[in-house]
Amino acid sequence: MAIRDVLVYPDPRLKQISSPVTKFDSALQDFIRDLNDTMLAGPGCVGIAAPQVGHFERIVIVDLTSKPKNPNHGKLVLINPVIVESSGEKIGREGCLSVPDYTGNIVRAKNITLSAYDEEGNPQSYEMKGFEARVAQHEIDHLDGRLFLDRLVCRRSELFPRQNYAE
Amino acid sequence: MNPWYLLTLVGKDRPGIVAGVTSALYKEGANLGEASMVQLGGNFTIMVLAQYEGTTDELSKAILPVAKDFDLRLHVDPVLEPRHQASIPDVRITVYGADRAGIVAEVTTALAEAGLNILNLETDVGGAIYILIIEGTASQGIDALQKVLDNLAREKNLETRLSPIDTLIG
Ligand SMILES: [Zn+2]
Repeated sequence: MAIRDVLVYPDPRLKQISSPVTKFDSALQDFIRDLNDTMLAGPGCVGIAAPQVGHFERIVIVDLTSKPKNPNHGKLVLINPVIVESSGEKIGREGCLSVPDYTGNIVRAKNITLSAYDEEGNPQSYEMKGFEARVAQHEIDHLDGRLFLDRLVCRRSELFPRQNYAE
Repeated sequence: MNPWYLLTLVGKDRPGIVAGVTSALYKEGANLGEASMVQLGGNFTIMVLAQYEGTTDELSKAILPVAKDFDLRLHVDPVLEPRHQASIPDVRITVYGADRAGIVAEVTTALAEAGLNILNLETDVGGAIYILIIEGTASQGIDALQKVLDNLAREKNLETRLSPIDTLIG
């Protein structure tokens, strides 16, 4: 078990865009194990993205096994994930291993359809909603060099989600 | 470590208040912490934490000229524990109804009795609607708050919504 060092804001590497995984080999499996160990070492952590440990490939882990009240797929390793469809909007509170001691309110899509490869390189597709969809969006943002800080909403604009006006 | 102060400045709104006040604080060597700066009615209100090497009187004296320039009333309080761990809200409550006197008092009193500790409350008046958005911690659990809100909805003719805040860490 190896816990890797987590990059912390304002480390400029957190802005770096990660490259797709091309080889599903044993080095990938070893890295995923380390990434998982690092996630489990973070208190209350439900997801992690490879760039957070300075590894710039499109790999994330989403793990809601500790949140049985929210519908979820358990622990997922998502490689080269792509959100192919999204709908709805919801405000929720987010924090980040890479931004210690701060949480803020963020608007995310309520429902997403996501395609990704699993650890063995098999293509998969997942329907996610609510908290799990939020975690996936947060982690995929890391692959594109984005932090939740880039999506903070002003308190006043949260009063009513915009969809209420549109409907 | 220099001590922390809470500065309150209130006055008729006009352009440049935030820039003027924060520049004055910066020139005095003060380090800003969290702040709330918001227009209320025709007033502009600033509450800001600042770390400063001098005393309460020295800070007041240093900021008074800019407060006078903008016709702001200034108040400075020493702060004992500025950097205590900020509480993370675990519940968000929205209440709205036809505007009338007493809504905020009724709602917050009932919620306080059911264990709500308010961390942030904002209200808005839109036409004839009064809107309350509250974030806080539920010290007696969410069910106790839900019960109170159901009562308020029934007895006071208010629309209420409670959503647990599940903070994502990732
Ligand atoms: Zn994160």
